[in-house]
Amino acid sequence: MAIISFDLMTALPEIVLACLAMALLMLGVFRGDGSAPAILGLSVASLVIVFFMISLGGRATADAFGGMFVLDRYGDFMKSLVLLGAIVTLIMSRRYCEDEQMQRFEYPVLALFATLGMLMMVSANDLISLYVGLELQSLSLYVIAAIRRDNLRSTEAGLKYFVLGALSSGMLLYGSSMIYGFAGTTSFPALAGVFTSAPHGEAPPFGLIVGLVFLIAGLAFKISAVPFHMWTPDVYEGAPTPVTAFFATAPKVAAMALLVRVMMGPFGDLVAQWQQIVVFVSIASMLVGAFAAIAQTNIKRLMAYSSIGHIGYALIGLAAGTEEGVRGVIVYMTIYIVMNLGTFGCILCMRRTGVMVESLEDLKGLSKTNPMMALPLLIFMFSMAGIPPLAGFLAKFYVFMAAIDAGLYTLAVIGVLTSVVGAFYYLRIVKFMYFDEGGEPFDGPIGRDMALVLVGTSAVILLLFAVPGPILDGAAAAAASLLAG
Amino acid sequence: MEDWPILSLVTFLPLVGAFFIMWIRGEPDVVARNARYMALWTSLATFVMSLFIWFNFERGSAEFQMIDEAVWFPGYDINYKMGVDGVSMLFVMLSTVLTPLCIVASWDAIRTRVKEYMIAFLVLETLMVGMFCALDFVLFYFFYEGVLIPMFLIIGIWGGERRVYSAFKFFLFTLAGSVLLFLALLAMYFEVGTTDIPAMLEYGFPASMQTWLWLAMFASFAVKVPMWPVHTWLPDAHVEAPTAGSVILAGVLLKMGGYGFIRFSLPMLPLASEFFTPLVFTLSVMAIIYTSLVALAQEDMKKLIAYSSVAHMGMVTLGTFTVTQQGLEGAIFQMLSHGVVSAALFLIVGVIYDRLHTRLIARYDGLVSRMPAYSLFFMIFMLASVGLPGTSGFVGEFLVLVGIFQVNTWAALLATAGMILGAAYMLYLYRRVIFGVMTKPDLKAILDLTPREVVVFAPLLALVFWMGIYPMSFLDVMSASVTNIVESHQAALLEAPGRTFASLFSLGQ
Repeated sequence: MAIISFDLMTALPEIVLACLAMALLMLGVFRGDGSAPAILGLSVASLVIVFFMISLGGRATADAFGGMFVLDRYGDFMKSLVLLGAIVTLIMSRRYCEDEQMQRFEYPVLALFATLGMLMMVSANDLISLYVGLELQSLSLYVIAAIRRDNLRSTEAGLKYFVLGALSSGMLLYGSSMIYGFAGTTSFPALAGVFTSAPHGEAPPFGLIVGLVFLIAGLAFKISAVPFHMWTPDVYEGAPTPVTAFFATAPKVAAMALLVRVMMGPFGDLVAQWQQIVVFVSIASMLVGAFAAIAQTNIKRLMAYSSIGHIGYALIGLAAGTEEGVRGVIVYMTIYIVMNLGTFGCILCMRRTGVMVESLEDLKGLSKTNPMMALPLLIFMFSMAGIPPLAGFLAKFYVFMAAIDAGLYTLAVIGVLTSVVGAFYYLRIVKFMYFDEGGEPFDGPIGRDMALVLVGTSAVILLLFAVPGPILDGAAAAAASLLAG
Repeated sequence: MEDWPILSLVTFLPLVGAFFIMWIRGEPDVVARNARYMALWTSLATFVMSLFIWFNFERGSAEFQMIDEAVWFPGYDINYKMGVDGVSMLFVMLSTVLTPLCIVASWDAIRTRVKEYMIAFLVLETLMVGMFCALDFVLFYFFYEGVLIPMFLIIGIWGGERRVYSAFKFFLFTLAGSVLLFLALLAMYFEVGTTDIPAMLEYGFPASMQTWLWLAMFASFAVKVPMWPVHTWLPDAHVEAPTAGSVILAGVLLKMGGYGFIRFSLPMLPLASEFFTPLVFTLSVMAIIYTSLVALAQEDMKKLIAYSSVAHMGMVTLGTFTVTQQGLEGAIFQMLSHGVVSAALFLIVGVIYDRLHTRLIARYDGLVSRMPAYSLFFMIFMLASVGLPGTSGFVGEFLVLVGIFQVNTWAALLATAGMILGAAYMLYLYRRVIFGVMTKPDLKAILDLTPREVVVFAPLLALVFWMGIYPMSFLDVMSASVTNIVESHQAALLEAPGRTFASLFSLGQ
């Protein structure tokens, strides 16, 4: 009994979230779609509760449920990011739901379940709990992508995401089964033990490497790294914009957190085996993210390629395979999520005479018509391009630092050069807003909640350089706890 | 005044002004007027503050002075550290002098988005001053690359017809160079364990690293200078930028490259610098001769001056890599002189551009008959650019030539030939624009300098003569630091293994 209550306490935030999500689901079912605004508000409240439970907890590292679930600083840090992304995107979607007749109570509830899945993913300590968390997240996301079921693009996005996502889940499962077959265990610590105890210099069984490759492929799909990125632009473009904002932030962080945990934890001793895969995926993502984005005219599609590129940069940190590298990934994802939330906040404000617009041309002359919206977007674009003193530069700073430290010079050189190419299309957005004339103003006012999001995110991006300490320390502690465990 | 963090104050004061300008609200006319005055007072206050640097600076010392320090990245040994020595102090002064002049020069020329314009200039001033004061490599890089943002906006928003193309070219060219510098920075950080510049100067980098680090830095600084053949962004950027943008670009931003060579490449990587000296000499001489010829053929006045900038900066790189007392002092002096003279020349072009809205040489002739005062100012700055004795241009070029003659007579010969070409294109420009008979009907009503314009030119004129007639007050400041660079460079070459003359010396001991 004592063990069970300890287990429950360890996973308390997740359990609370699950209960709240189910309660809200009940509420929605009994009250109908009229209760959607209330449920949206309550969902945000539930996420905020869980956020504080996790970020203020200061809980000690522990295992629960027979080692399936792990609690550590790393997990807490990444979970806070996931929750932050989920909270802000739900807040941002309020107006969209009102204006676009998307008043469906399922949306916030599914977002809660997806978030729950993400929290489980981040804490997964076993291939089985990994898979369960991942599927809970994915299945919820498939439905959310198609939540506007009367809209052709939305349903297409959902279907595409489902078919490709199912394929990747299959690969992941296949890889897991291979690993289980050759290592005889699914538990992360036990897997790590298998490799540590192996005679020095002896290559791991070939089948196990094959399994690892499949596992990486499945996870690469979730973070939309090249060559498993094909779904991203279509889904980003087709899904309702708040959903796209959600896709671009929380699940990315969760999947990245999971990938880092799997690679550095159980397979930490196989760095030599997986490093080349990660290096390749990273370079390919950076190249595709930089070059394919140049020709885009739709801002949501552009953001899709941008996020592919950013994942490539974050993977540089993982490729280093060191504690420095993990810290780089954590810092990168933190800044990435803030930049993306802000940018999608701006995209959600792109509404003209009651209709959402999403072409880059629509941004023409924005600095004259809506200066207070153009300025944050300017800040985010320069930040994404990685120009100091904005936060995006700090993000790149840490991952490149790890790469140089690990001696990955070629990767670093390719990385910085693609960032120059990437700067081109971020600057193009600035060009539309500041250099071009004409263009009708967007509908105003944007609402107090949205203004708060824009001001908050842009202030963080603009001023982070002045006090980099807290995020660095948090990331350092998180990275240390991942490698210690 | 002694304990004040004077450098940080000078650096961030413009930012405070920019912050207040941001909150100006009201009628467009009132906003524009208030923004102009606010920017002017802020930049003047910054200039007055910077005078404390000039007066408190201890001459004859090669040490870094007026150091401010604070912890920045905890646990990384990357700190906020500001300080100046004889090399950087004068550039700080140059930046603080030019900014108020730019603001006055833009008083009437800029009519759209005045508020944003003034904010951009004040932010730019902060970044420029900070860059020269930074004594931490990461801090330096922050300012060095941050400069791109306001300059990109200045060219792109207030520029001429092809401003978008020019702004992109400027941004991407310089960014491509800088990112390699960034990697070099990281590699050096892991080698030394800190990004403290004085510590890095003391540290001897292994010979095997130096070549690569040097090339990475070269990619960045050469684009900024700009050296032939990566100079092509400069004419475009200059032509399209608003007058004050060109002034800052030519006056200060180009100096960042030269400063980078003197602060980083040369003292930190002496072996690689020695190894690559022939490359630098070749490119510099190419720049001097080739761009002078190109300048001769220009039809756009701003483009002509832009090409002349490339040639003058060629002299700077030439002087820098002689690593002699005269060459280095000449290079620094030439940068300061070019900062003043080319800034003045761009303002000169701006004067008639504001009146006629064209920069084509063919559209002007015989201006002397309507604009005598203008012609006088133009002549003095033109001759200073050519390097007439008594003006600032002479001192710099003379010192560089003295330096280069000791090292490589062929380079000296070609550089001198370039100076003759320089005189040719400047005099040719002057003849076409100022002399002759005024035949163009739309010039008949052109007006001479306004008092406001005279106010802009007067300080520059004074500087040109001060630097030309009594250069000691500037050479005084830099000589100790330059001596230090030259001596430690020679010491590093002597210590280096595998060099023939070094081994010769060691036999005697």
